[in-house]
Amino acid sequence: MTITRRAAIAAAATLAAPSIVRAQGAAVKIGMITTLSGPGGYLGADIRDAFQLAADTGMFGATKVELVIEDDGLKPAQAKQIANRMLKSDGIKLFTGIVFSNILEAVAPDVLEEGAVYVSPNAGPSSLAGKNCHRNYFVISWQNDSLHESAGENATRLGYKRMYLLAPNYPAGKDAITGFKRFFKGEIVGEAYTKLDQTDYAPEMAQIRAANPDAVFQFHPGGLGIAFLRQYQQAGLVGKIPMVLAAPSLDATTLGAVGEIATGMDVTSHWNSDFDNAANKRFVAGFTERFKRMPTYYASQGYDTALAIAAALKSANPGNAEAFRTAMLKADFASVRGAFKFGANQHPVQDWYGLRVEKGADGKLALVTKGKVLTNHGDAYAAQCKL
Amino acid sequence: MVRRYLAALVAIALACLVPAVAAALGKPDLITLGTQIAIYAIAAAGLDLLIGYTGLSSFGHAAFFGLGGYTVGIMAFHAAGEKMFGVIPGLTEAWLVWPLAIAVSALAALAIGALSLRTTGVSFIMITLAFAEMFFFLFVSLKTYGGDDGLGFRRRNGIPGISPRDDVAFYYVCLTALVLVLALLHRVVHSRFGRVLQGMRQNPRRMEAIGLATYRYKLTAFTIAGGVAGLAGALHANLLRFVSPDMLHWTMSGDFMIMVVLGGAGTLIGPVIGAAAMVLLQSWLAQWTEHWMIVMGPILVFVVLFARRGILGLFR
Amino acid sequence: MTLLAEQVLNGLQFGVMLFLLAAGLTLVFGIMGLINLAHASLYMIGAFAAAWVQGRTGSFVLALLAGLAAAAATGVAIEVAVLRRLYARDHMDQVLATFGMILFFNEAMAMLFGRQPLMAAVPGWLGGSVEFIPGVPYPVYRLAIIVVGMAVAALLYGLIGHTRVGMLIRAGATHREMVRALGVDIGLLSTGIFGLGAALAGLAGAMTGPLLSVQVGMGDRILITTFVVIVVGGIGSVRGALAGALLVGMVDTLTRAFLPGLLKSVMVATEADAIGAGLSSMAVFILMAVVLLVRPRGLFPAHG
Repeated sequence: MTITRRAAIAAAATLAAPSIVRAQGAAVKIGMITTLSGPGGYLGADIRDAFQLAADTGMFGATKVELVIEDDGLKPAQAKQIANRMLKSDGIKLFTGIVFSNILEAVAPDVLEEGAVYVSPNAGPSSLAGKNCHRNYFVISWQNDSLHESAGENATRLGYKRMYLLAPNYPAGKDAITGFKRFFKGEIVGEAYTKLDQTDYAPEMAQIRAANPDAVFQFHPGGLGIAFLRQYQQAGLVGKIPMVLAAPSLDATTLGAVGEIATGMDVTSHWNSDFDNAANKRFVAGFTERFKRMPTYYASQGYDTALAIAAALKSANPGNAEAFRTAMLKADFASVRGAFKFGANQHPVQDWYGLRVEKGADGKLALVTKGKVLTNHGDAYAAQCKL
Repeated sequence: MVRRYLAALVAIALACLVPAVAAALGKPDLITLGTQIAIYAIAAAGLDLLIGYTGLSSFGHAAFFGLGGYTVGIMAFHAAGEKMFGVIPGLTEAWLVWPLAIAVSALAALAIGALSLRTTGVSFIMITLAFAEMFFFLFVSLKTYGGDDGLGFRRRNGIPGISPRDDVAFYYVCLTALVLVLALLHRVVHSRFGRVLQGMRQNPRRMEAIGLATYRYKLTAFTIAGGVAGLAGALHANLLRFVSPDMLHWTMSGDFMIMVVLGGAGTLIGPVIGAAAMVLLQSWLAQWTEHWMIVMGPILVFVVLFARRGILGLFR
Repeated sequence: MTLLAEQVLNGLQFGVMLFLLAAGLTLVFGIMGLINLAHASLYMIGAFAAAWVQGRTGSFVLALLAGLAAAAATGVAIEVAVLRRLYARDHMDQVLATFGMILFFNEAMAMLFGRQPLMAAVPGWLGGSVEFIPGVPYPVYRLAIIVVGMAVAALLYGLIGHTRVGMLIRAGATHREMVRALGVDIGLLSTGIFGLGAALAGLAGAMTGPLLSVQVGMGDRILITTFVVIVVGGIGSVRGALAGALLVGMVDTLTRAFLPGLLKSVMVATEADAIGAGLSSMAVFILMAVVLLVRPRGLFPAHG
């Protein structure tokens, strides 16, 4: 609901380089195109804040970087214009930040054609993971399907035989259902596609009750998920029909907004705030202290993206894409999710965990890691990628 | 009259200088901004034929803009892959695709107009909106063509002698299209047909009383405006090499209406000024503050309250 | 069968919600001749004010009152400051100015409350569900919305049909100049009607909060549907708004619930899901187009 929903943040965070100044002198510009306005705005804000945190706490070492941030307003056309300006007028060679797959699919071809590098902190659409993979395109988060494949595997492991699936009627929603089915072994008793801008799910609740499945899998990210869970409870389904979710449908922010309702729900994720490794502890403590809120997994990905870029920048400049690529592929950084490496299509190969919403020692609800669901999981498209 | 033509020539000459200025300032993205303005101006000028000259407040103009865009996108999609329904081959040549886009949009406008023009006033506003929303949801649910994610394609439509990657050349193509459309509309509104349209806006009853079939005149105007929007949509798809249902969203229809009213309805040059004002204002405000809408909103209110004939009205 | 009963209840609840929004819009439309897109903002302001007060005080009743009051106050303020100058203007000008207001209010809310969705809880005494149709536990809160909406409809009916103010409203809708000539302060009447409509929008927003998520731009989505309601019902007619709201609510809910299932009996399941979802999104617009073509002035046009 705006004219073209373009809000730009001119704030460029420049890092004061410590004692050693590099021979080149000039800072490396990083273009961050992300979604900051509208209902999905908090996702981009988390990625931006975590990236900024990494930069401000010296993770880039001696490399000077300048972060140029602009809001795409979740409009593909808008994002393309920003990318165009950054590429042509600002001479930026390294891009990151995009939250949503449809924006990425619109922007990536432009960026890659110009010989620039894109490092994805969130979206990993299948169209860019298989035969259209690209040497200058890296994904730090996941291939989209993995989120839902892990949920499917989790549902199988939890012993559910009859599942009801729901997702919004758009490509990412359809991919979610495909991904879930790929790893779920039982029977699907019903599938429903909701409207993309729908916030009232009463009809769907009634259909779920009528189908009476063992459990429900639903994919409704952000604000949609809040409304869905709340209405699930009001329909008296919480406690009757369990829910299996992928990370986007229940993150730290949505958990804060729905509260008690989510108790006992099963979520799968590649990262959680309670992961016991030094990098993660530093990240969670630093983020909570500076921004006064719990980091979501989006934030963890923004942070990891900054670390991955920082590690590559130590030995190469994005101006030389091939050298930068070689440096990126080493993935020589301590990821907050523990082990991290790139697969053949430059998407992650990583472990997936089952989490459950439980009350912690402090009486607050939190996502608690229960165990590994998938180990060294890549994606179904890597085999089609020839680099 | 001579002064008018001189002014138009000066304006065209200035518009031709945009790429040179952009190069001198080292800001090549100004060319894209200029192209964007030219494209929106085409669609808005077409809409002005309805709002300003015929008195038809269409709130569904984005449907024709989007259809033109999708014609280009879908033809490119089939040119790169399978044939449509296994028989119709895709197209990539501008001299084939763009007229097709205009024809598709004009046909849709003919059909929608034939039904919608049976109503008047607020009902007309709402029924045009309803048809546009139907097309919006149609393209959202067409998975083959990307659904809500939109549809990208690799190359602009080919024009002999022009490199599809040359942004400056594409700017001149859009500028030429704008000048041609304005010339066409100028002839239309100054013809007998155009005078009837304006007569209907001022006094529909008298026009009927003197025996004119007003319905046919309105429908013809509606179809012309739809075709013009289709051309704008085709150019827009080429600018971005990407189409998405956003192009058909009701806020896009709202944007076109704003451009017409902001610049000055019923003047043809008004919508061009409106399009430029809106694109530039947004671009500057957005670079200045994240909360640019808090400034943009009141500006619109003030224009309505105090500049009754749009920006152009301020200079008259 | 129980499923159908439950879906009909859902349709009724959605329809009632739409009625609260449509009532104010149709009065303003019919009497002042104003297309007010900013009605969406009043709905949003009601929801935000209610969620904020509920967060502070924990009282749901106070929250409802706050939502109502905030929307009414904002409504009166914009009517006096801007909108009354637009009554005699072209619809185009009205759309432009009120569109500008939506931009302003959306951004103002984002600056005041942030972009994260706000928490609003169903109060304990309205939580849970009752099984008044055997086998269908229905949320008490949704039933409460139906009751409140029906009560508002009855009140409006009484107000418009049986009071002096109502007489003026009816007269104003058809013979504005005549009412003015009789010495009635049309300005005051307009402000009053506008405030009433705004309060109803605020009430709708405040009641929706615990159901959906309270966030910037939440009114924009439902605005278009509300316009469909008043056009289908007949502009300016509260009776029409009620009929239109219930009709649109039912059509939207029932096509969403049952269309994919029906299509599945004639085509492949995955195709049916996608096409069904697309068609049900279009359903209310198809309804509006058909109604307008058959009865250009809506189902229950205001007399005149």
